[in-house]
Amino acid sequence: MGTLDNAPLVDLGGRLPSLMKGLAAAVAGVTLAFSAAVSAAPATSEVNTTDLAVTDDTVTVGILHSVTGTMAISETGSVQAEKLAIEQINAMGGVLGRQIEYVQEDGASDWPTFAEKSRKLLLQDKVASVFGCWTSASRKAVLPVFEQYNGMLYYPTFYEGLEQSPNVIYTGQEATQQILAGIDWVVKEKGAKTFYLLGSDYIWPRTSNKIARKHIEKLGLKVVGEDYYPLGHTQFNSVINKFKLKKPDVIFASVVGGSNVAFYKQLNAAGIDMTKEKPLVLTISVTEDEILGIGGENIVGAYASMKYFQSLTNSNNVEFVKAFKKRWGDDIVIGDVTQAAYLGPWLWKAAVEKAGSFDVDKVRAASPDIELTTAPEGYVKVHPNHHLWSKTRIGNAKLDGQYEIVYETDELIEPNPFPEGYQ
Amino acid sequence: MFADYTTSELMSIFAMQGFSGLILFSVFVLMALGLAIIFGQMGVINMAHGEFMILGAYVTYLTSNVFSEYMPALFGGYFFVAMILAFIAAGALGMLVEWAMIRHLYHRPLDTLLATWGLSLILQQLYRTIFGAREVGVTLPDWLMGSVQITDIIEVPINGIFVMTLAVGISVLIAALMYRSRWGIQVRSVVQNRPMAGAVGINTARVDRLTFGLGCGIAGVAGSAFTMIGSTGPTSGQLYIVDTFLVVVFGGAASLLGTIASAFTISQAQSTMEFFLSGSMAKVLTLLFVVFILMLRPQGLFSLKVRR
Repeated sequence: MGTLDNAPLVDLGGRLPSLMKGLAAAVAGVTLAFSAAVSAAPATSEVNTTDLAVTDDTVTVGILHSVTGTMAISETGSVQAEKLAIEQINAMGGVLGRQIEYVQEDGASDWPTFAEKSRKLLLQDKVASVFGCWTSASRKAVLPVFEQYNGMLYYPTFYEGLEQSPNVIYTGQEATQQILAGIDWVVKEKGAKTFYLLGSDYIWPRTSNKIARKHIEKLGLKVVGEDYYPLGHTQFNSVINKFKLKKPDVIFASVVGGSNVAFYKQLNAAGIDMTKEKPLVLTISVTEDEILGIGGENIVGAYASMKYFQSLTNSNNVEFVKAFKKRWGDDIVIGDVTQAAYLGPWLWKAAVEKAGSFDVDKVRAASPDIELTTAPEGYVKVHPNHHLWSKTRIGNAKLDGQYEIVYETDELIEPNPFPEGYQ
Repeated sequence: MFADYTTSELMSIFAMQGFSGLILFSVFVLMALGLAIIFGQMGVINMAHGEFMILGAYVTYLTSNVFSEYMPALFGGYFFVAMILAFIAAGALGMLVEWAMIRHLYHRPLDTLLATWGLSLILQQLYRTIFGAREVGVTLPDWLMGSVQITDIIEVPINGIFVMTLAVGISVLIAALMYRSRWGIQVRSVVQNRPMAGAVGINTARVDRLTFGLGCGIAGVAGSAFTMIGSTGPTSGQLYIVDTFLVVVFGGAASLLGTIASAFTISQAQSTMEFFLSGSMAKVLTLLFVVFILMLRPQGLFSLKVRR
């Protein structure tokens, strides 16, 4: 992004806001007398100096996910979580005395569309923040837009790390937070010595397996195989035969999407009983959401390394699950990313209130060290690198499609998107 | 790379690898048979083939729900009922589509590509609206789960055997229909020369509709069978479409035997290479191999010898 690209926009920006600001000031002046008498909400001119869509009693935010196309399967849960959080915040009186309104746009599983819609949200709707994106590809597509127009994105998915933008708060785990503790656990508790790494062929599994391999080798243990299959691959019999030949203690799986369903169905059909843990399956890509498609009977006995499971028993989560089911139906399940998406609006609210302003620069400055004691996953805190401190948990898949939590780290794990020695 | 293993282990692995190649072969045959009829015999490029398969998968899902709700005692047998219903549903939708859309395009075969692609988008959104964007899990009867243990290492998945039996059964049935029945003769004559076939008294419109319906119906059965090994979601059909066309084109569009031979070649090549290389590399090499053969033989492996 050179300054040349920005030049015409600066020009435009110079004229428009001054006009708008004049108007806004005039309006604010008139309404100030009224609003001061009615509520204690701070004046709009104070909390919004950058011409965002903030009025005396509302503030507009954006939701940007795919509700059509292949990614709709995964992103639906995130949309539901974000809407629930916004509704709950509104019921509590909103943010700085203002009710949150949202503009929802559909990224349609198409990365240029994501970029286009984010430009629309920031420039036309002037939203104060955006909750959205799911795949790394969509995040990479909107990143230049958010950086150019200084927007704020709350991104919910666990991802490969290697990124830290001033315009993004990453509410999911970066790779080391998910992987290292999981591998330490199978080594310590299950005595694992050999690993087979399997993933879909794109950046997240490849980066994750790179980190996993370095960590396994640092522990003096062995990776006996590493394999990648194209996205959407549906035949896994050959790799299952390789498992049988190489007899790894642990199959470390990061297969995604429709391939996931095919992989676990065929693994089960090939006579590998995951409950016997020979080999043990440790996955970083199967949440409760995915099990809906896979079927509990096909994955029972596998372990997953995540930060959140629906079966967490802390009181925050019991409330959250109850509210989620009340809002979206009883047979719904909540996966790791859905919970991370739910954190977005709450973290934003906390940052806005700490800053006393909706201005993106002030919200950004206020974001580090924001704490959330009401998070369903327990307690989270924003790190100065814009990722969250969070625990790693291991769940064991049950027949009913839920995970039983068998382990959680004692401490919050520090996010480290650029891990030294793992590159 | 084999130094670490005993001879008996190696033998078992080769046996199992051969078997997984055969399962892949059966899957390819099931995917491609419907398209071989529609594309191969009728010349319609049906991009919505995958969506017809997924219709079959959703019918299976509904049937399994109905059985577990109302007739739990008969649950073990629901799969057969589901396959028949899948055939009827996909076939009926196919005939409707042929009547509404395809029949207007017989003299513009390339336009069928766009029209059916649009149809596939419409069907995907329809599934999403009706069944939700998330994938659904189809519960299998117990007898279809698990595997048969032959030796210590050799285990054969039961659903693999089921898919193989089904593939052989349907291939034989289609071959008999196409080459041994009166209706098959009508289909082939309509394909070869439409005005002439009409002139000798064949109802070409009816033959077209039934042929298209049959092709879609077989896609539905394939989709029903694939609930055992793959996912069922609005866009799952897209996972199959490329491989399906690959098999049909490589085999030589107008030949059923070619389709089977090509399914065998591609599946064995891919399965063997997957074992020695990584999955993605195996796919790349398989595609390169197909491209190379098609450069040498643009008409595919088998082609009809006709005077042009």
